[in-house]
Amino acid sequence: MGNTSSMLTQYDIEEVQEHCNETFSQQEIVSLYERFCQLDRNSCGFIPADEFLSVPEFAVNPLSQRLLRMLDGLNFKEFVAFLSAFSPRATLQHKVEFIFKVYDTDCNGKVTFSEMLSVLRDLTGQFISEQQREILGNTGLKMEVEVPVD
Amino acid sequence: MGSTGKLNSSSSELDLDRPNIEDYLPSGSSIQQEPHGKLRLRDLLDISPTLSEAAGAIVDDSFTRCFKSNPPEPWNWNVYLFPLWCFGVVVRYLVLFPARVLVLTIGWIIFLSSFIPVHFLLKGHDKWRKKIERFLVEIICSFFVASWTGVVKYHGPRPSIRPKQVFVANHTSMIDFIILEQMTAFAVIMQKHPGWVGLLQSTILESVGCIWFNRSEAKDREIVAKKLRDHVQGADNNPLLIFPEGTCVNNHYTVMFKKGAFELGCTVCPVAIKYNKIFVDAFWNSRKQSFTMHLLQLMTSWAVVCDVWYLEPQTLRPGETPIEFAERVRDIISVRAGLKKVPWDGYLKYSRPSPKHRERKQQNFADSVLRRLEEK
Repeated sequence: MGNTSSMLTQYDIEEVQEHCNETFSQQEIVSLYERFCQLDRNSCGFIPADEFLSVPEFAVNPLSQRLLRMLDGLNFKEFVAFLSAFSPRATLQHKVEFIFKVYDTDCNGKVTFSEMLSVLRDLTGQFISEQQREILGNTGLKMEVEVPVD
Repeated sequence: MGSTGKLNSSSSELDLDRPNIEDYLPSGSSIQQEPHGKLRLRDLLDISPTLSEAAGAIVDDSFTRCFKSNPPEPWNWNVYLFPLWCFGVVVRYLVLFPARVLVLTIGWIIFLSSFIPVHFLLKGHDKWRKKIERFLVEIICSFFVASWTGVVKYHGPRPSIRPKQVFVANHTSMIDFIILEQMTAFAVIMQKHPGWVGLLQSTILESVGCIWFNRSEAKDREIVAKKLRDHVQGADNNPLLIFPEGTCVNNHYTVMFKKGAFELGCTVCPVAIKYNKIFVDAFWNSRKQSFTMHLLQLMTSWAVVCDVWYLEPQTLRPGETPIEFAERVRDIISVRAGLKKVPWDGYLKYSRPSPKHRERKQQNFADSVLRRLEEK
């Protein structure tokens, strides 16, 4: 069906499915491939940051720059693996690891207080001042749920 | 085609070969429910709603969908259909196409040999000259439509030449203009194009009255707005046709209408155009092909089939802003032509969204956090 799945063989689909731990069905992978090809207009094998920013819904998102850093230079297999955290079939552990990676800007496996403040700054822009951010950090707000953080 | 009432996904949207995107994304643009109660740490740390919105946009977004050409599925894949299709190709390219080029050439000869003398000889008698020129432009447009074997069905009362009225239509390709022009000689507002199209614009279209704009000029908007107002006031001028989307959309969706046409203080007559893709997709994807290639594609297909509906004229209601008026008319056109509405500005094809959209999201989040912090 459709003229792009002829470029993806059954082997390719299964390989991608394995790589993302079965979080996507085969039909979903075919759809994602069509989307990948649509965004990768010059067929360079990855989607340039510019293309993501040409999607207005993505460009207005406050966390778009962080995600762009993670999306840079991904080939299709890695693209699917990136999106697998959003699948309803992904485990909670997987989703939390993804959020952790978004926070961990310097990719050293640790999330520091300043990194948390930095995400808060992205989300609130100029509408919360530096002092207010510090206050938020130090008020000792309670956690309702235990989130296992490595 | 032409569904009145609710805008349901047509069967081509609910393509059962592909997962339905609407199953995955929550409806509406705001996923966050109104937060209440004491602020907890997890409300600050849990960025998953924002991330889900971003991922949703990566996987599919309503803006890119508006400009996607949807090629028809190939059907010629077996022993007897393929030769039949090849025969069809031969007929289209070697029989129909030359015949159409001939028809078009004859049309141009007739047109130019009448237009040029009339234009220069009747210089003094403007009323007669305009009448004849109007008629001739309608004729050449009919020749164009014939050259693609256009099967156009017009519904509704024909536009009449009255002052203080403006026509708006959804936009799929520049041929929209030709199809409408063959019925009534409209004046039009267009982006100035290079090449032979630009030449046509500056000579022949001048005679029916045309207004140029340049998308890239920032100050252009005020100049154009003034020209529009002047034109509409003039009693003699041909009725003005405006495509408020500002760009070609793929005839399954409508993007937001620009309010320029709706703040001129006159009646707005909506026109809905829907193409039937049975033989060819009339969407001109200006990123993928030039207008010449697009015309050639139309001339080598069997026919261009479309419906045109002239809808009831609308006026600004008391207490309604021009933007609300534009949305109301867009609604009328979308329902008539069976198109889905998307909340994006067509010009985002050429530029990034302004930072104020992101800032609004940031402000909403910041306000709710601060408010809840107080609620201790």
